[in-house]
Amino acid sequence: MLNGAAGILQIRGLTVGYRTPQGAVTAVDGVDLDIAAGECLGIVGESGSGKTQLLMSILGLLPPQARLGGSIRYRGTELLHLRASALNRIRSARIAMIFQDPMTSLNPYLRVLGQLSEVARLHCGLSRRAAEARALSMIEAVHIGEPARRAHQYPHELSGGMRQRIMIAMALMAEPEIILADEPTTALDVTVQAQVLSLLQEVRERTGAALVLVTHDLGVVAQLADRVGVMRAGRIVELAGSEELFTRPSHPYTRSLLDSLPRL
Amino acid sequence: MNGEPQQALLSVRSLRVSYAVRHRGRSVQLRALENVDFQLRKGEALAVIGESGSGKSTLARALLRLIAVDSGEVRFRGTDLLRLRGAALRSMRRHLQMIFQDGPSALDPRMQIGAILSEPLQVFRPELSGAERRSAAAAMLERVGLKAQHLERYPHEFSGGQAQRIGIARALIVEPELIVCDEPLSALDVSIKAQIAALLKSSQQQMHLALLFIAHDLPAVRDLCDRVMVLYLGRIMEIAACEALFRAPRHPYTRALLQAVPIPDPRIARQRRTPPLGGEIPSALAPPSGCVFRTRCRYAIERCARELPLLRSVGESLVACHRAEEI
Amino acid sequence: MSGGGLWYEAWRRLRANRPALSSGALLLLIVLAALLLPLLSPYNYYTLDWNHLYLAPGWHGWHLLGTDALGRDLLVRTMWGCRVSLLVGLAASVVSVLIGVFWGTTAGYLGGRVDGLLMRFVDVLYSVPFIPFVIVLTVLFGRELILIFVAIGAVSWLDIARIVRGQTLALKSREFIEAARVSGVGTASMIVRHLVPNLIGIVVIYATLTIPTVILFEAFLSFLGLGVQSPMTSLGSLVAEGAGRMQSFPHLLLVPAVLLAVLIFCFNFLGDGLRDALDPRER
Repeated sequence: MLNGAAGILQIRGLTVGYRTPQGAVTAVDGVDLDIAAGECLGIVGESGSGKTQLLMSILGLLPPQARLGGSIRYRGTELLHLRASALNRIRSARIAMIFQDPMTSLNPYLRVLGQLSEVARLHCGLSRRAAEARALSMIEAVHIGEPARRAHQYPHELSGGMRQRIMIAMALMAEPEIILADEPTTALDVTVQAQVLSLLQEVRERTGAALVLVTHDLGVVAQLADRVGVMRAGRIVELAGSEELFTRPSHPYTRSLLDSLPRL
Repeated sequence: MNGEPQQALLSVRSLRVSYAVRHRGRSVQLRALENVDFQLRKGEALAVIGESGSGKSTLARALLRLIAVDSGEVRFRGTDLLRLRGAALRSMRRHLQMIFQDGPSALDPRMQIGAILSEPLQVFRPELSGAERRSAAAAMLERVGLKAQHLERYPHEFSGGQAQRIGIARALIVEPELIVCDEPLSALDVSIKAQIAALLKSSQQQMHLALLFIAHDLPAVRDLCDRVMVLYLGRIMEIAACEALFRAPRHPYTRALLQAVPIPDPRIARQRRTPPLGGEIPSALAPPSGCVFRTRCRYAIERCARELPLLRSVGESLVACHRAEEI
Repeated sequence: MSGGGLWYEAWRRLRANRPALSSGALLLLIVLAALLLPLLSPYNYYTLDWNHLYLAPGWHGWHLLGTDALGRDLLVRTMWGCRVSLLVGLAASVVSVLIGVFWGTTAGYLGGRVDGLLMRFVDVLYSVPFIPFVIVLTVLFGRELILIFVAIGAVSWLDIARIVRGQTLALKSREFIEAARVSGVGTASMIVRHLVPNLIGIVVIYATLTIPTVILFEAFLSFLGLGVQSPMTSLGSLVAEGAGRMQSFPHLLLVPAVLLAVLIFCFNFLGDGLRDALDPRER
C-alpha cells in the first residue's frame, strides 16, 4: 500500500502498441504505477501479459515501431520521448537493468573487467585505473570466487549463475536508485536461483536501491517483494502488499494463478 | 494389484554415456552419465530430477537410442535395447515413446497435424488404411482436448500448450508401454502447466503407462510421480518413493534442492534463514574424486574424497552418501 | 487463421517486395517475348537477307533491331538466343538441384563415413579445372547442346550439395527430427518427408541464384567458341559475334548484352526476394 510519500518513479496511463499485418496489437493497456524509494515491487504475469514491455518502456528500450502513450516520470523528468543524450545519463546511472539471458546481454568479445569498468568510466567519470578497481571490488561484492581471475575471463567462460552475478555487478556500478530486473533467474538452475535471489536481497539491504522485479514465478516474488502487481493482457488487475495478495487475493485471475501452483 | 511379483518393465544397469567435446583445442571425453542403475515397473511414474549438467536429458536420449552409449544394459521387457539394430530396433520403438520439452519445435513445421499424427501409425500399423489412420488421429486429438478440425492445421497456428497436447497425442497414438517425458512442462505458462500435467496423469492412469518424467525442479513432480530419482553430475544421488523423498530427504543434495525452491507464501519465505547451497556445479571434464557432491556439501568428511559412495538402502530410500544415517 | 500454411505467408511477403515482384513480371514478359516474337516474325534465326546486311535498328519492316553480317534478323536471333540461354539455365539448374539435394541430405543425415566419402567426392570434383574439362568433352563428343547441359550441370550441383548438407546438419538436431526417429521413421522416409520439405526454402533460393550463374557460364563458353553451334545461337554467342564488330555496328553487341544483363538482374532480385520471403527467421 502506498503511503503518503510520492514515488520516485511515477507511471500514468502507459500504453504500448504495435501495428502488425494482422491489425493493431496492444501490449500495455493503460498502466498506473508508483515506485517508492527503496521498495521492491514484483510484477507477475504469464507470457503475453505485457510485463516485459512495461519494463523496457521505462528505459526506452522498445523497438522504433512501438507506439507509446501516457507518462513515465522519474523524479519529475518525463522519460517517454526523452532525447537520447538525456536518457543515456539516466540509464545505468540512475536506473539500471538486469536482463533474463546474460549470455546475450554481455558482449562476448570483451573481458568481464572491461565491460564493468566501461560503465564506471562513462557514468562516474572515473579514470581507467579507478574504474577497474571499483569493478574488481564489485565482482567480489557479488560473491564470485577468485575475483581477480574471473575478471580477466570472457563471458562464455563463466557459468550461467556467474554471468548473472556479473550482470548484477554491472547494474550496481554507477550506484543507481532503481534496478529493473526482467526475469533475472528464469534461465537458472533452482539452487543457483536461490543464490542469486539471496544476492539481490543483500544488494537491496546494502544499497537501498529500489527493485522492480518482473517474473512469472510467484515463489520468487514471495521471497523478495514488498508489493506485488499482477498483470494480464496489458493491465494490472491487482496491486497489493505481498502478504495480502498471497493470503487474501481479490481478483479471480490472481486466485487462479495461486491455485494452479503445485504444492510443496 | 494381483499377488505375482512384478517384473520390471525397464531395467537399467551400469549405464555409462560420454561424448567428445573440444576443450582447449583438444578433443576430450565428457562423462555425462556414470553407473546409472534403476528399474521401472509397468504403470509406474518415475521422476528424474537434476539441474544442468546432471545428465537427465542424456539419459532420456540414451534410453531411446537417439545417442550412442558407452556401456551398460537397458533391458526392456527382458530384451537389451542397446544390442538391437535396424528392423528389430525399429519394431521396439513402438513401445517406447517420447514427449519433448518445446512443444512447437517437436512438430515438423511443414506438415499438417493429421500427417504428423498418422506417421507413427504408418510405421507401426501398416495394416490400417488412410481413412482408418485419419479417424484414429481425430479420436486422439479429441482425447487430448483438441478438435478434429485441427487435423488440417499447421504447427505454427497453435500455442505452446496446444502444441504440447499434439505431442502427447502423437506419443499415445501407438499405445506404447513407456513414455519418456523430457521436461514437458518447463516451457509452459503457469496456468497451462497444471492442465498438461493433469492430462499426462489421466492418460497414464487410463492406459496404464510407465512414465519416466524428467524435470529440473521438484514441486512439479509431486502430484505426478510414484518415485523420484535425483541426479547430480551424471550420478544417482538418491532414489525414493515420492512422498518419502519430500517428507524426509536423505541426501544432502536432495535437501538443498528442496530448500532452494521458492515458496509462494511471503510469511514462510521471509522466515527461512538457512543459507542457500553455495558453490557451482563442478566441470564434468574434471569431476571431484569420490563423491562428486562433496565440493558443495556441508557434511563432507575426508572419507568422501577418498571413497565413492554406493547407492544403498537407508530407511525407505536408496542413497549414495556415506553419512546418510547421521544427518 | 489461414490453412495454407507457410507457403501462403511466404507468397504474401514476396508480393510485398516490389523489386522482386517487378523482376518476376519482367522475366515473364521476356519469356513470352522469346516464345512468341519468333513466331510472329517472317524471318527465322538462320534466314539470310542479302539485301539488308548490317542494318541498324529502326522501322525497317520486321528488322526492328537490325541485322548482322549475314543479313540475319537480330530480333529473332536474340529471342532464339534468349530461349537457348534460358533453357540451358533452367535445365542445368534443375538437374544440379536434384542431384545436389539428394547428395547433400544423404551425406548430412547419415554422417560418419558415408558423409566423409560423399563430400570427398565433391571436393575432388571441385578441383577439376572447368574449362579444360569442357574442352575435353567437346573434343570427344562434338559441340552438342546436350553437352553444355552436362558440363554445366556437372559443376553446379556441387555448391548446392554443400549448402544442403550444412542445412541438413542443422536440421538433424531439431526436436521434430528426433521425434520422427522415435516414431520409427527410417532413413529414406526421413529424408523425403522431413528433411527435403524443410530445405525447399533454401533450395529454391539457391536455384534461382544458380540460374544466372549458369547462363553466364554458357555465355562464357559461347564467347570462347565452345558453346552452341552456328547457326543456332545463344546470348553468349551473339555477344561474341557482336564484340568483333563493336566499333562499326554497336547494336550487334548492345542488344544481346543488355538483354543478358537484364536477365541476370531479374533473377538476382527474384532470388533475393525469395530468400526474404522464405527465410523463417524473418517471422
